[in-house]
Amino acid sequence: MAPQRSQSARGYVATVSLPALPPPIGTSGLTGWMRQNLFYNLTNSLMTIFTVVLIWLLFSSASGWFVFDAVMQAGSKQECLKIDSGACWAVIGKRIEQFMFGFYPEAERWRPLVCFLLLFVAIGPLLLPSFPARRQMLWFSAFYPVLTGVLLLGGAFGMPPVKTALFGGFMLTLIVGVTGIAASLPLGILLALGRQSKLLAVRTLSVMFIEFMRGVPLITLLFVASTMLNYFLPPGTHFDLLLRVLIMVTFFSAAYIAEVIRGGLQAIPAGQYEAAQAIGLNYWQTTRLVTLPQALKISIPGIVNTFIGLYKDTTLVIVIGLLDPLGIGRAALADANWNGLSNEIYLFVALFFFVSCFAMSRYSLWLEKRLATEHR
Amino acid sequence: MTPSSASKTTARKTATRSKAKNGVREKTAPKRSDKAGNMSVIKIEQMNKWYGDFHVLRDINLEVYEGERIVICGPSGSGKSTLIRCINRLEVHHKGCIIVNNTELTSDLKNLETIRKNVGMVFQSFNLFPHLTVLENCTLGPIWVHKMPKAEAEALAMEYLERVRIPEQAGKYPGQLSGGQQQRVAIARSLCMKPNIMLFDEPTSALDPEMIKEVLDTMIELAETGMTMLVVTHEMGFANKVADRVIFMDEGQIVEQNEPEAFFNNPQSDRTKLFLSQILGH
Repeated sequence: MAPQRSQSARGYVATVSLPALPPPIGTSGLTGWMRQNLFYNLTNSLMTIFTVVLIWLLFSSASGWFVFDAVMQAGSKQECLKIDSGACWAVIGKRIEQFMFGFYPEAERWRPLVCFLLLFVAIGPLLLPSFPARRQMLWFSAFYPVLTGVLLLGGAFGMPPVKTALFGGFMLTLIVGVTGIAASLPLGILLALGRQSKLLAVRTLSVMFIEFMRGVPLITLLFVASTMLNYFLPPGTHFDLLLRVLIMVTFFSAAYIAEVIRGGLQAIPAGQYEAAQAIGLNYWQTTRLVTLPQALKISIPGIVNTFIGLYKDTTLVIVIGLLDPLGIGRAALADANWNGLSNEIYLFVALFFFVSCFAMSRYSLWLEKRLATEHR
Repeated sequence: MTPSSASKTTARKTATRSKAKNGVREKTAPKRSDKAGNMSVIKIEQMNKWYGDFHVLRDINLEVYEGERIVICGPSGSGKSTLIRCINRLEVHHKGCIIVNNTELTSDLKNLETIRKNVGMVFQSFNLFPHLTVLENCTLGPIWVHKMPKAEAEALAMEYLERVRIPEQAGKYPGQLSGGQQQRVAIARSLCMKPNIMLFDEPTSALDPEMIKEVLDTMIELAETGMTMLVVTHEMGFANKVADRVIFMDEGQIVEQNEPEAFFNNPQSDRTKLFLSQILGH
């Protein structure tokens, strides 16, 4: 009591400097975490117990249909029903090659498979700064689109040509999604810079492009790609449908990316531009070295959001007759043997999209953390 | 431009050192600098600027000689920052002319590049690049503007970081440094471009009192090397100690300029007297 009173008295001088002590038991480590997050007070503890029970109930009731009562191998839906009462995953097994490759000729399916495996080698150095021999590997990344084009289309090096109309399934999703993502980022950056340009002509063109692309539904653009473009192109020109779709999807997504990045650019304080100019950097150097890296970092959540949207919107190509996974699913459902198994088929397609999109989402979180230099 | 100015800088350096040793607070009048043969590095004639309809700078005439230290003070909104921002064209003037290192500031980008290479600037809010380390902040200019090899630029940056006494922070990001440290990095970043003129726009106004001193000390050391400096500041102690000339601005015009002793002890204009009584009066 006495020392406390003396501290609150008017005059006080600290005679010793207090040493740093370890925190009280139960405020750090695992117990500390559990106390803080799971059992902080009565309400919190009840919520924790309730949530655990809920998860258990959901899991136990669904796991039967999904796993324990499910049928993995059967010739038709009727056979499935005879074997067990759960999901009939046999249909996926029977159709898996179509889900993956669409109607790509069976003998040539090694080509998309090689492309798929090389995709990881190509995007690895782009996404991971610690990738081995990154600088050299980036050349491969730059060369990858050409390689994929040659492999998939064929007609060179003794590979028989394959029409793009036969492309389908997850392969089609990846082609449209990855091309759209890879091409719309640079285009979107240019549009965002164009929209802020001091040159009136550049600014006007960028604004017109962005507003038009954003103001029209993607389905409309796809219809334009499949039918109307013929009216604008000289008669007799053949312009591949898939290529048109790729261009339209890229333009559409670039308009969104441009607006996301413009938001990021606007968050950069004027002082950054001024400091860059004051040390003598020109416009492109300032953009590339100072403002754009910061703007992109701020925009990561928005950019990835747009990419995930684009990736899922690739399923819209079904309306112009391309066979994306949903199209393949429909074809499977139309088969008399598998009639009525829409739950299994759509859940499978959903799983594919979820895994891809969840991976993108986690990558963006990881990237945000890695680039957070402000308060480290 | 750079080699000749560098040799002049060293010449000036020795001159300043000897002056400091004598301990005599003898001030060089602007005219004398001229007679001493020092080149005029900044010449502003009949310069006017408007923000929309607002006449922010009115008939500014100012000549700065090599090695001069000039402090610009005045109430807020008087146009002091705008004036020095016009010198490296962060702001565009509308009438009159500004000649820096014998090059006139026009919309010609080539001229602008030449001038910005030789004019360093330090800002109130530091404006370090938060996504780059301290070292990268300093090497950015030399590498991209002077096309210097990376290793050479890093050696140069370390030299200047040592001069501002924070070489140990080179690998950190600006966000991890205190305000005073950030401002010293900003000074080092400017010096890495080897400018012959340094502009300071209220360099200590955003700092805690404890940190103001470390930044001012750095600036005093820089002044001792003979750098031409234009400093917008409210630190009258600094002005008194370092400046060759103090300029007082109000409502967009230069109201009074004089050597610090005369300026502080015997101000002529009423507006200067009022300003000095307000900032020194407590």
